Order: sequence, then C-alpha cells, then structure tokens
Amino acid sequence: MGLLDIFKKIEPDKKKSPILHTLYDALYTMAYTPDTVTKGGVHIRDGMDLKRTMIHVVIALQLCFLFGTYNIGHQHFVAMGQHLGFLEGFHLKLAHGLIKLLPLFIVANAVGLGIEIYFASKKGHAVEEGFLVSGALIPLIMPPDLPLWMLVVSIIFAVVIGKEIFGGTGMNIWNVALLSRVFVFFAYPTEISGDQVWVSGFESLKAGAAVDYSWWHTGFFNTLFEWMDIAKFNVSSVVADGFSGATPMALAYEGGWENVTAHFSEAQMWWGTIPGSIGETCKPFILIGALILIATGIASWRIMLGMIIGCALTGMAMNAWGANPFMEVPWIYHFYMGSFFFAMAFMATDPVTATSTNTGKWIYGFFIGMIGLIIRVFNPAYPEGWMLAILFLNTFAPMIDHFVLESNIKKRLARA
Amino acid sequence: MELFNLFIKAAFIENMILSYFLGMCSYLAVSKSVKTAIGLGAAVIFVLGITMPINWLINEYLLSENGWLGMDLTFLRFILFIAVIASMVQLVEMIIEKFSPALYTALGIFLPLITVNCAILGGSLFMVSREYNFSESVAFGMGGGFGWFLAIVAIAAIREKIQYSNVPPALRGLGMAFIITGLMGIAFMSLLGIDPATLSNN
Repeated sequence: MGLLDIFKKIEPDKKKSPILHTLYDALYTMAYTPDTVTKGGVHIRDGMDLKRTMIHVVIALQLCFLFGTYNIGHQHFVAMGQHLGFLEGFHLKLAHGLIKLLPLFIVANAVGLGIEIYFASKKGHAVEEGFLVSGALIPLIMPPDLPLWMLVVSIIFAVVIGKEIFGGTGMNIWNVALLSRVFVFFAYPTEISGDQVWVSGFESLKAGAAVDYSWWHTGFFNTLFEWMDIAKFNVSSVVADGFSGATPMALAYEGGWENVTAHFSEAQMWWGTIPGSIGETCKPFILIGALILIATGIASWRIMLGMIIGCALTGMAMNAWGANPFMEVPWIYHFYMGSFFFAMAFMATDPVTATSTNTGKWIYGFFIGMIGLIIRVFNPAYPEGWMLAILFLNTFAPMIDHFVLESNIKKRLARA
Repeated sequence: MELFNLFIKAAFIENMILSYFLGMCSYLAVSKSVKTAIGLGAAVIFVLGITMPINWLINEYLLSENGWLGMDLTFLRFILFIAVIASMVQLVEMIIEKFSPALYTALGIFLPLITVNCAILGGSLFMVSREYNFSESVAFGMGGGFGWFLAIVAIAAIREKIQYSNVPPALRGLGMAFIITGLMGIAFMSLLGIDPATLSNN
C-alpha cells in the first residue's frame, strides 16, 4: 500500500490548482481503479471503461510502431544505397528510426495531453484519455521528416477545433488524428505530398551533398556502436544514383501497374519495405492489429468488410472502364498500395466518428471504400484518398444514422 | 453522360454551400432539425431546378441581342431573375401550405426568404457567366440544389447529434454551426480537383 499512501499524501487541492489536480487524477486512475461503484440496478457485464478501450487500440498499434521505426531507417539507407538487405545494418536502421519517430511521438503526446489536461481542469472533470489513441495514431500517419512545429500547430487545431469545443472525448464528429493530418495536408502541402517527403533525410541529400546527421547519430549512437564494435553511421554518404523516393501510388499514377512492379515487388509492398507514412506500410502487422480490435469488440468488422467490398467493387468497375493506366491497375493490387488497410483498421472504425447503427456501418464502410478509391484514382491533386474519404463520410455519419433509425421506426410501426 | 457529370460536379465538387458559401442564411437558420432541413432542402431543389431553365429562356430570348426584341437588355438581368425566383417561391409556398401545414409553420419566414437566397440567384448568374445551354442549366440547377440539400441535411443531423454535448456556452448555437460548416468544407475539399469531363471523352 506504499503507492496509495504516496498518492494520498501528494493530492493537490482541487480548488487552488485545478490543472495539477487533473494531472494527479489522471495518474491516480492509471495506477488504481476508482473505488466508486454504480448504485442501483444497472447491469454491467464488463468493466470495460474508456481507459481500457483506449489501451486496447494502443496495444493493437504496437506492431505498426515497431515496423515503422525499422522502415524509416530502412528507406533511409536504401536511398543511400547502403545495407540493402532486410537484416543488414539492423541496429543502424532502428537507431535512425528512433531518432526520427521519438520526437514526433513525444511532441504529439505532450501537446495533445497538455491541451486535454487544460480543458479538463477548465471544465472541472477528470482527464479523458481520448488523446492516448490520437497521440499514438498521429505520429504513424505523418511523414518522418515533418518539422515539429507543424506537428504542434496541426495538433492544436485538431484537438481544440475538432474535439474540445464539441465537448471533449466521445463527442467529436470528425476523426481527430485525420483532422491533424488534413490540416498539414492543406496548410503545408509540400511537407506531406510528393516524392521527396517519404524517405527521411532525402531532401537534404539532394545534389550529391553529404547527409546531415544530427548529434544523436554522430555523437550518441556512433560512440555507442564504436564501443560495441559494430557498423556506424557513415557521415560522408550520398544518395544513390537513380533513387527517386516515389511511392507506389505516384508510380501507378505515372504509368500504371507495370511502372509499379518495375520498382517494387508485390512482396515488398505486402511486407511494407516501401516509402510511405510511418505506420501504414506493413500490411500483415496492420491486419494483426485489426484482428485484435475486432476480437476485443472495439472496431466494427462490418465497417471493415464494407470498406473492402466498396473498394473492390469500385476497383472492378474501374478495370472494366479502363480510361487511363491508373484505372487499369488490377483491383486486387489497390490493397497492396498506399494506406488502405491502415485507414480501414484504425481510422474508419473509430467508434465515435463512425455510424452507430449496424445497417449504417455497412453503408458507411461501403462509401468510404468507394469514394476513397475514386479520390485515389481520379483526383490528380491528392495522392491518396482514404483520409479525405473518411472525413467526408464522418460528415454524413449522423445523417446515415438518422435515416436508418427513421426507416426502422417506420418498419416497426407498419408491423404493429 | 455530360449532363450527369455536370450534376455530380454541381452537387459535390462545387457545392453551393461548402465551396462557394452561397445561401448561408437559411442554411444556418433552418438546420436545427433534420425534418425541417429536408423540407427546405427539397424546396431549394425545386426552386433551383425550375428557375434556372426559365431564367435561361428569358436570358436567351428576351434579354440577349439575338432575342425576339433585338436589343441588348442584359442590364435588366438581375431584376428579371429575381422576379422569376420570387414568383416561383410564391408557388412553392402555396403548395407547401396546402399539402404540409406543419412544415409550412416550421419553415416560417425562411420559406419566403428563399427569394433572396443567394444560392438561387447565384445559380442563375453562374449559368449566364459559364454559358450553359438549356439542358446544362437544368442539370446544373438540379445538381446545385441536390448539393445544397445534402449539405443542409448533413449539418442538421450533426447539430441534432451534438445537442446534448458539453459545448462551451459561448459557442452554443450559431457559433458551432459556423465551425461545423468550416470542417464540412474541409471534408468536401476531398473531391476538389476531380474533373469528370476528362474521363468521359474516352
């Protein structure tokens, strides 16, 4: 009981310092289950509260984090023509990935949770852990070289405008993580689209200049690796000839599926050693996360299946039409490229912003699949469609629910 | 096919509210419940769909230099367009009052205010400046009206959903409506830049 005593001792005064008390409350409920119990005849089948829900999603994301960390480093070294094999220079790739991913992760969570705690203390309720998931998702959907101040601005926009003014966690209409990404996308488009942004350090590598490594690379990790007597970061390395950094999406837009397979094999795309947003590339790990979410009952399999059906049918229709090379990409390969599975598993199924009726979920998923693919293929301005398609359908989710409920009421009235 | 493209373009890609911000007054005022929103949206579809072809005929045969009168009367365009819109709105009002008195009282003053709804006059003026032909103006009117309908029903559903949310007191009501409209605009930007015309001539 030592910990409990410490907690009792340090509890700040709620009136005098509301922000401190909110912070204390958040830590306290993380360490101990609250001892308040429901009175009366409410039948609780499971003690699943907000915290556990959020933690399940974070757990489901862990494999994406691991692979994302590795892949940042892998793409970086592929760009320089070094350590091309999967396991070659593994420690270097991990170290480089950590140097890129950790600042994004720490800043995202610090800013987001800071806002959350401030608003919670203003409104006088306990801090809601809604941001734990957004804070885990946001770094995974950003390019590795995103300047940190842009991340800060986009998160402030997404959390304040997208969530807090709607009344906090569980009340937002649009997905918070996607709002922050869409903010970067429209406000600073050069940082999040094009061929240069998906491989870390690529922009600074141009024109044969040597890579500019930070102190962490040359000072910290190189000293460590020297002591361990293994390969070090090579400070004089330049970008390999003919490396473009283009993602499969950009290649497909230029010359269809042949152009994609000329650069990447199907296995590469499936296992995720391709340039892209940090967490989106490795399909098997994302699918494991999706299975965890389905098994714990957080994500709806109806939405996922609806999305796959919508995307597949639209893809088949495009194959049949075939007006340009991108439209002729065999429909099945649309699942290999880009971020379809990541959007399906973690973005579209967000229980707050998705539809809540079962029929509505099918409709919602189907239209995300359809509109996302339409944006991906037909819209030359945007390289990938799922983010925008999900925000688009978030807009209509309350409307879909409304009409599903209305029709159900009518059906039952007619039966009675 | 081209007419269908124009319909899609007017409804989704160049949505009257969410990309031109036309017709905001009745959109903000009548979007508190889905039921009235549907009523007003349907009225706007009807008025846009009817007035655009009529205005097209007037513009082509009365006002233009090649028309029956043989002189350039385009300076009368605004006043004639508004007269047509006002009479059409009067017609809609009489129909609604006859068939759905409940909706008539719910819409209240906003039904006659469709007359000065800028989306309607805006549609007619877009038609003139973009030089649509007759069938195109019908498709554009229907598409624009449908887009307006979709936007007002969507925001009404959202506003019904957030009715019980803990919104900061200063933002309750109109403030939230503006913020929601802005965020809807972001979502609708997803389709901006798609040009259906480039696909159909293949």
